[in-house]
Amino acid sequence: MNGPVETRSVDEAIVRATQAGLPRVPRPYHAVAESIGVAPEVVIERMRAMLASGAIRRIGVVPNHYRLGWTANGMSVWDVDDERVDELGARIGALPGVSHCYRRPRRLPAWRYNLFAMVHGRDRAECESQVREIAALLEDAVRARDVLYSTRVLKKTGLRFA
Amino acid sequence: MEPVDRAIVNTLQGEFPLCERPFAAAAEALGIGEDDLIARIDRMLADGTLTRFGPLFDAARMGGAFTLAAMAVPAEDVERVAGIVNAFPEVAHNYARDHALNMWFVVATPVPEGIDDAIARIEAATGLPVLAFPKEREYFVELRLTA
Repeated sequence: MNGPVETRSVDEAIVRATQAGLPRVPRPYHAVAESIGVAPEVVIERMRAMLASGAIRRIGVVPNHYRLGWTANGMSVWDVDDERVDELGARIGALPGVSHCYRRPRRLPAWRYNLFAMVHGRDRAECESQVREIAALLEDAVRARDVLYSTRVLKKTGLRFA
Repeated sequence: MEPVDRAIVNTLQGEFPLCERPFAAAAEALGIGEDDLIARIDRMLADGTLTRFGPLFDAARMGGAFTLAAMAVPAEDVERVAGIVNAFPEVAHNYARDHALNMWFVVATPVPEGIDDAIARIEAATGLPVLAFPKEREYFVELRLTA
């Protein structure tokens, strides 16, 4: 029954209906289904498909990390040998305490770093011990590094997609 | 934080069920009632312990695009420039960081072609160059913190 176009529009409707959050009622997917005019089974099935494809990363609670005491976060940045950055990036991403790990372009001369790893801690000392772990893992593949601590949140809003 | 709230934060950051009565299923695993779980999530959203509850979408796979970007803003001008940058709906997060590049923000647009345009408009509005750092490869993204 659902062609690709129809499936896409149902997915978009689900995104619009849930990006601000799921209804806190006993049957939340039924409430979403009702609001967009499809059967509850369709919402559950499409959300399961989006979870499997990675379009939905996960479903659950998102804690305010400042409230939980995780007040320190550092963006550790590394100038890593291009030949080895992919292999090492995957291993750094697997370290506990690293929340995001990406390869990004260098912007010479202003910016020489190609590997970014966000570390979190209850204080800077915890962040620094994670940075030491990363350094130990990178060994001689790293030529330079820096850690940029956030000093202030200037804006924080959720991403909106549709 | 109450032990039950702590358990909710620690176990429901990604495993909220996809079924008819998901609160009932999750509550059972926590040893509490469905109504209690809903009430606790409501309360933690209201008091700021939680920032969201629901699905977390991957912007890139939704057809949207985003990039990390940075600017070097003169220290005395950070307030004014932050006001200009933050007024752009395309700017989702913006952090001051201790570096010569002292303002780091995420630019998100519904289509990939929108990124360069948004950055050009931010440069025009602020009179400052913006360096874009689009991800070339993602090794890991998952922020799960214990309470």
